[in-house]
Amino acid sequence: MIEFTLNGQPVSLDIEPETPLLEALRNDLELNGPKFGCGLAQCGACAVLVEGRSTRSCVTPVSAIAGRKVTTLEGLGSAANPHPLQSAFIAEQAMQCGYCTNGMIITAAALLTTSRHPTKTEIQQALAGNLCRCGAHPRIVRAVQRAADKLAGD
Amino acid sequence: MKTTRRQFLYSSGSLLVYFAIPTSGVMTGETAAAQLSRLDGNDALDTWIRVEAGGKVRISVGKVELGQGIGTALAQIAAEELDVEMARIQMATVDTTHSPNESYTYSSISIMHSGSAIRTAAAEAKRILLDLAAESLNLSSQVLTVEDGQILNASKATGLDYWKLLEGRNFNAAVPDEGQTKSREHYRIVGQSVQRLDIPGKVFAEAAFLVDLRLPGMVHARVVRPPAHRARLLSVDAKIVNSMQGVLKVVRDGSFLAVVAERERHADLAADQLRKSARWQLPEDLPDMDQLRLWLKSAKSELYPVFDRRGELDGKVVRTVTASFNRAFQAHASISPSVAVALNAGDDLTIWSHGQGMYPLRGAIARVVGLDESQVRCIYMEAAGCYGHNGADDAACDAAAIAMQFPGRPIRLQWSRADEFCWEPYGSAMAIDIKAGLNSAGLIVDWQYDLWSCPHSTRPAGAKRAGNLIQAQHRENPISPPPVRSIPQPAGGGDRNSVPLYDFANIKVNKHLVTEMPLRVSALRGLGAYANIFSIESFMDELAVYSSFDPFEYRIAQLSDPRAIAVLNKLRDISAWSQRPPGGDGNGWGIGFARFKNLTAYVGVLMQLQIEPTKGTIGLQQAFAVIDAGLIVNPDGTRAQIEGGIIQSASWTLKEQLRFTHSEIQTRSWASYPILRFEEVPDVHVEIINRPDQPPLGLGEAAQGPTAAAIANAVFHATGHRLRNLPLQQEKLTLSR
Repeated sequence: MIEFTLNGQPVSLDIEPETPLLEALRNDLELNGPKFGCGLAQCGACAVLVEGRSTRSCVTPVSAIAGRKVTTLEGLGSAANPHPLQSAFIAEQAMQCGYCTNGMIITAAALLTTSRHPTKTEIQQALAGNLCRCGAHPRIVRAVQRAADKLAGD
Repeated sequence: MKTTRRQFLYSSGSLLVYFAIPTSGVMTGETAAAQLSRLDGNDALDTWIRVEAGGKVRISVGKVELGQGIGTALAQIAAEELDVEMARIQMATVDTTHSPNESYTYSSISIMHSGSAIRTAAAEAKRILLDLAAESLNLSSQVLTVEDGQILNASKATGLDYWKLLEGRNFNAAVPDEGQTKSREHYRIVGQSVQRLDIPGKVFAEAAFLVDLRLPGMVHARVVRPPAHRARLLSVDAKIVNSMQGVLKVVRDGSFLAVVAERERHADLAADQLRKSARWQLPEDLPDMDQLRLWLKSAKSELYPVFDRRGELDGKVVRTVTASFNRAFQAHASISPSVAVALNAGDDLTIWSHGQGMYPLRGAIARVVGLDESQVRCIYMEAAGCYGHNGADDAACDAAAIAMQFPGRPIRLQWSRADEFCWEPYGSAMAIDIKAGLNSAGLIVDWQYDLWSCPHSTRPAGAKRAGNLIQAQHRENPISPPPVRSIPQPAGGGDRNSVPLYDFANIKVNKHLVTEMPLRVSALRGLGAYANIFSIESFMDELAVYSSFDPFEYRIAQLSDPRAIAVLNKLRDISAWSQRPPGGDGNGWGIGFARFKNLTAYVGVLMQLQIEPTKGTIGLQQAFAVIDAGLIVNPDGTRAQIEGGIIQSASWTLKEQLRFTHSEIQTRSWASYPILRFEEVPDVHVEIINRPDQPPLGLGEAAQGPTAAAIANAVFHATGHRLRNLPLQQEKLTLSR
């Protein structure tokens, strides 16, 4: 039995400890946020926050997060109570297909907890390990800047 | 002066355009839609529009959302004609049980075709509803108007609305060929940057994608592919995985090998074991990846004359210049590998797929698995961005084949990253030779263009072309691939945009269609347009320099289409061209221009870049683009498509090349197929020339070619080096001064 905190709620899973966290989140816990993209920690679509740090769930065995706090895109906010990044991605229309969006928002959320006023270059560097194939990069950077401004203004 | 001369050329010169008409009645995927009329076979109004309970209107089209925003744009057109607010529109997904059959979502024709159909259908629906209201009110329908579905008489509410009038009934009417559509000056929704309907669900992690489909009892499948396209499975020890935890079944049919397990990890582990035990016959038939030009020119090919214009020479040829250009094989490389879910319920087979055409896919799968088309249902769900014919159709057929052997439980087949890189059909390598004859003024009067390319469409377009599926070819009783077809002009395949838009007196274009396909090839965004525009526009830049012309002036001097000239003039204005650096010092500005297919959107791109002084690498700084696509349905959606097209094309142009040996594909992950990353992406500024009086023109693929040329031309400007191979050579660039 593996126990951890998911989006603020305690969960326990009776699965093999080697199971990738991504499979546990998507298939056992039926979350949609983290996406399978490569299974190789190369694209970032599967990112989740583990204790506030952006983590590739496709290569993280579920045993590694026992007793820890995991936050997914679902846990950041909702339509009724959106995270500033979620609002900003809508305002900037910062996607085409939206498949990489989870990783972009999760990685940006980790950045914004450590850097209140990131520059454009800092945002680009933070997202350097996240791939977007549709070419929404400039919009994504603008969305992160917009969310940072919102957070700084609050 | 110029106009007079050109009129003379067109009236006295001979103009020959060859249209290769398919003779057998079998069309390639790319031509099928071009020949569908807007409503062909879909003339029942209820197929397109339903007035639903709860104040909603359900719009059903045959085109799918691929990330390009088409769902929102088509909803805008429907809402506009119906006079309802956007919030009332519900867009249905494509489902072969009820959707209109609009073939594939491809070739940037969705607004032109589907948009035209839904506009006519919505106008007819509104007319019928107004007639019903007039009858009920005993008034003439002429005095009635509509506001958000409410029927008004002289601006006053009548108490009637669409939902009361239809009371859940169908229209039971046909869509006319020509409807009384709204006059464009009354548009309120079309032309606005309406936000995408699908974005909120995606940022709030709602079930927005095919991967979010979870059916009761669903099990997980993996395929085990050979190391190369035409390899054959000699033997495999299936017994070693039968005892592995969670394994439910090993499926083998000829060279097709797959495993089904209760959990994804178990399926992965079993697939790894099968892969280790499988023995393949490797044909070693792949070309030398560093000698693609040589291979293309020596491989078996068919000659297709594309275009031949013999005009009156405006001065004799005083100088002849030649150049050659090349393009490597390149991948779609969608962010997610292909996936599909299939359920064999005994009498019928249902497939959930992210392919571009559910109807053609249904026909192809039915033939492969031996069912009647009426027993197969295909339902579209979104996946990662799609830029052409990727692995989606093959994954769908794989899942269907596995489901046939494992009935009763939904099969979810997820391809691996390596499966996708090794098995998606690539954009074909190309080789291009150009010979230009210049007159004493330095302008082009004679143009000879030859291109060599594999096909650019091998879609499994229905039962007759089912043999294009991997599954069809790998089965014990295979279905042979259908004969290679040339996609005729004006759309063209490898020859798309091979005919320059410029007014050269003599133009001769030949396509050499390479019919050997040791690598899988098919449609990738723009098809041949990417390499053809790169070649034409690179050569135009070279000849402009050679003839001592400004690059804008050289193009404008040889164009007569006023919309083309307007795009170039606007591009020059917004980019502050007069402040262009002197050149040769590592800072380069270059332009590229084309009208996609010579029929749809006009796009000009200007790229500003800098050569990193110590490493000699290309650093993109800023891109400007101007687009004229006629009436713009959604300006922000238009900008997004052009921004994305520029960035994707920049990635192809600077980085992307499929790697392989004679026996296997070496590109298996993002490590061996790098794409542009955040810090490498330029700023992009897109300006739209909106022409509300002109028909809307397809634009989704229009930036690919101009961007490639703009980059190469900027590199020349920065360094004096002319780079003629796509991707642009990666060795260190030195400066000319």
